[in-house]
Amino acid sequence: MASLETKLLAEHYDKPEFQKLDGYKKHGGYAVLPKALKMEPKAIIDEVKASGLRGRGGAGFPTGMKWSFLPANGEPRYLLCNADEGEPGTFKDRLMMERAPHQLIEGMIISAFAIGSKKSYIYIRGEYDYSKAVVKAAIDEAYKAGYLGKNILGSGFDHDMDIYSGAGAYICGEETGMISSLEGLKGQPKLKPPFPAVQGYLRKPTIVNNVETLAAVKYIIRDGAAAYKKYGTEKSPGTKLFSVSGNVVKPGNYEVPLGISLKDIIFTVCGGLKPGRKLKAVIPGGSSAPVLTADEAMRATMDYECLAQMGSMLGSGAIVVIDDSNSMVDLLQVIMHFYHHESCGQCTPCREGTGWLSKILHDIASGHAESKDIDLVKKISEQMMGKTICALSDAAAMPAISFVTKFRDEFEQHLAKASTGSAVHA
Amino acid sequence: MFKLSKACEDFVGKELTRYEGKYSAIIPALFQVQKENGWVPPEAVPALSKIMGIPEAHINEVLYFYTMFNKKPVGKLHVQVCTNISCAMNGGRELADALCKNYNVTDGAMSADGKITVTRVECLGSCGTAPMMQVNDQYIENLTPELAIRKLKELGA
Repeated sequence: MASLETKLLAEHYDKPEFQKLDGYKKHGGYAVLPKALKMEPKAIIDEVKASGLRGRGGAGFPTGMKWSFLPANGEPRYLLCNADEGEPGTFKDRLMMERAPHQLIEGMIISAFAIGSKKSYIYIRGEYDYSKAVVKAAIDEAYKAGYLGKNILGSGFDHDMDIYSGAGAYICGEETGMISSLEGLKGQPKLKPPFPAVQGYLRKPTIVNNVETLAAVKYIIRDGAAAYKKYGTEKSPGTKLFSVSGNVVKPGNYEVPLGISLKDIIFTVCGGLKPGRKLKAVIPGGSSAPVLTADEAMRATMDYECLAQMGSMLGSGAIVVIDDSNSMVDLLQVIMHFYHHESCGQCTPCREGTGWLSKILHDIASGHAESKDIDLVKKISEQMMGKTICALSDAAAMPAISFVTKFRDEFEQHLAKASTGSAVHA
Repeated sequence: MFKLSKACEDFVGKELTRYEGKYSAIIPALFQVQKENGWVPPEAVPALSKIMGIPEAHINEVLYFYTMFNKKPVGKLHVQVCTNISCAMNGGRELADALCKNYNVTDGAMSADGKITVTRVECLGSCGTAPMMQVNDQYIENLTPELAIRKLKELGA
């Protein structure tokens, strides 16, 4: 049943012509920009604030509020689009860049005008070669058509835009890590405060927003905050792109209003599980988000509040559906290998903690551990929370704690089986 | 002795002024060296240092931080198989093992004939089409070991 989908950002994804300027314009492209350029910048910020739009990259910080942290002076400032999509399970930004690059660019020009930025970068993860090519071509088209460069559409507003390629580092999706990377350094996060809005790229005020967030700005200005708020719930307004993967019949990207039930996403939008399979667990917001049991998943609605109340988070909107053919022990081992690999190494609790967790979980998975090691996983994780420069340490600790707490029996049974010589994970 | 190509020197020259700070040109410069050589030979670092006016130590720091830079030669086909969560749930690890077995290589090592390197990697953002592999710059999705081997054969492996 496709009717649960509400396509605002994804409306024209299925039209190949939408990738190019002509096709984009045919479907209303660059019609919002002239309107925005006639508005007072502050009125745009107010509209975004009123829309209740929250950052779609993972942290869910209110976008309008983030913008209002910029100093109120004429100091040069940068807009940085976070297209370093790396949270395992997430593939929504790649699709938007490939299918609707101009929608992102138009949203960015409007946002840049609102915050008074003359220069922006789209930081695209290095592996997304095709996205880089499509976005670069779209920027070139936009320059030729006068949507970028000097005196855009006669408004007196100048704006330059460029792409920058990452080179393989999950940590560069963290906004200060991304700024370090763009500055030509190792992608290590910086201590906050100062926040990027005050001191970011090259120590100048910088706003970092996700691809989906910046594209949504275009629609908020087109339709007005009140219309945007008709989607979703009162506290979580708008639509959201969810990347659904794992064990569903129809994995993919789906745009639905926030507040939709997770059950509807899995069983109606995504066609449910494979025949004979039972739901075991769901990771609702990328691999950093604490896992939900099947029972919790059936009660969850996909909005910031409900998931926070359940002790998890909406994150990047990456839903990993796990059926009963999987071992939770095995999956946590996979997750922890990733965080160990991606820790940038600058903070001890993260550098050492992710390493220990990965090793202990490998030992548990291969059966070379005892029940008390499950407690050790929890204990180490608890010591990793809130003690580091960025949230990667927490991002590793949260799934670890939730897996071993909610699926403790399975971890115990796995070790018991291993002690009798039954099958274990390599 | 290693020498940067003229094309590489020209490219780096342009990148040095493309961004607000010249250090931002390091990543693009390393990508260019890799594009031309298949990897980043250690000798490229002093050569880049000289034309960029950036200390070797700093270039090395960037080179070794990011996983996409190959610090040793890779095969003509660099096959990167995602083994992160959604791919692992759909046979990504078995796919990587099958490819290693088929081409008689170990994870990350180049085949004797220099044709192929198979590397297990972390999430490539293609989770809805798992399992998948990246062959050089190209994503190839919804795979089985048989399909992957057929695709690689078409590409010359």
